[in-house]
Amino acid sequence: MLELAIGIIVGCCALGAGIAMVAGIGPGIGEGNAVAKACEAIGRQPESKGAVTSTMLMGCAVAETTGLYALVIAILLIFVAPNLLVDVLMGAIAA
Amino acid sequence: MDKINTIKFKLIDALLLICALLPLISIIILQILTEPASSGINLTGARIFFTVKMPLQDMYITEAQINSWAVILTIFFLCLYFTHGLSEKAYTKRQIAMEWVIEKTEALVTGNMGTAFSGFAPFIAAIIGISAFSSLISLLGLFPPTSDLNITAGWAILVFILITYYKFKCGPLGYVKSFGDPVPMLAPLNVISEVATPVSMAFRHYGNILSGVVISVLLGTGLQGLSSIVLGWLPGILGEIPFLQIGIPAVLSVYFDVFSGCLQAYIFAMLTMMYVSSAFNVDEFERRKLKKQQKKIK
Repeated sequence: MLELAIGIIVGCCALGAGIAMVAGIGPGIGEGNAVAKACEAIGRQPESKGAVTSTMLMGCAVAETTGLYALVIAILLIFVAPNLLVDVLMGAIAA
Repeated sequence: MDKINTIKFKLIDALLLICALLPLISIIILQILTEPASSGINLTGARIFFTVKMPLQDMYITEAQINSWAVILTIFFLCLYFTHGLSEKAYTKRQIAMEWVIEKTEALVTGNMGTAFSGFAPFIAAIIGISAFSSLISLLGLFPPTSDLNITAGWAILVFILITYYKFKCGPLGYVKSFGDPVPMLAPLNVISEVATPVSMAFRHYGNILSGVVISVLLGTGLQGLSSIVLGWLPGILGEIPFLQIGIPAVLSVYFDVFSGCLQAYIFAMLTMMYVSSAFNVDEFERRKLKKQQKKIK
């Protein structure tokens, strides 16, 4: 029974991590849009390449943030949450 | 000109270079001595070397702290090396290179923050230097300090303190009023966005470097398994050669370690400049200054 409980905890943590990374879609679309527009801008005005590129990198980095929040949560779910929850379970059994 | 050709000058040069390399060599040796033998996916956080007893909470001295101190020492001695033998007319290559770097940094800072903040150039240069160097240290196979949230959170809190300081320059009342902008009803949202600034800065830098580390480890382990599948039928040591691990991880390393590390350093510095300069209301500050002077005259 205990093995089943621990198995459910670990499996659900892994599933949660996978579902959390669905948030990677958002930054993908956003950064793609940003780069497409930057390419258009450079095509129209090649002399402003430097300014456009640095602004684009800046915007990409800001757009990436939501994806990175998801990454941090996924990593917490994989590496931190199982140990924590198994400890809680053991404590509940001992009590 | 003749000063830089003496033996003493060259000796000090060599000494400074050795001092700059020594911290890196020592943490490589420390890494080799303390790394636990492991197989499979080896993804752990920073290893804890020892614990210092503290009244409220124990303080952990981890790999991230040791590595970042080594990076700080290396940058310190490199700075001493590059500024050794400065003269009014630039004779040495390093002086010309450093003058170029300083000119570029000052142009970046005054271009983004305005002339009121021209004193910020050393701070911004320090942020870019330590951040880029900390991320690039993973090229030596070491634990990059920026893939530990504590280090980047420390920098982000420093930036948060700077932002608050520059908001307070217009008086405590002005600071409180800035939360009721544009309408006082939105004050809770403004408080949240104020707190979210350092959190997002820390998570952005940490997440980017950490994702590179995770993907590199996964790829390395995957290639090891793949090459043992391909060559596993060979007898003895021949079957254990991870031939697929040669060269392929280097391609990812160029993106994740070199490009992403330098880009994140640049972005962290750019965001610092933007947040700090937008926190400071120059017109309001000048107006208050003028008022105070007029009061004094009266």
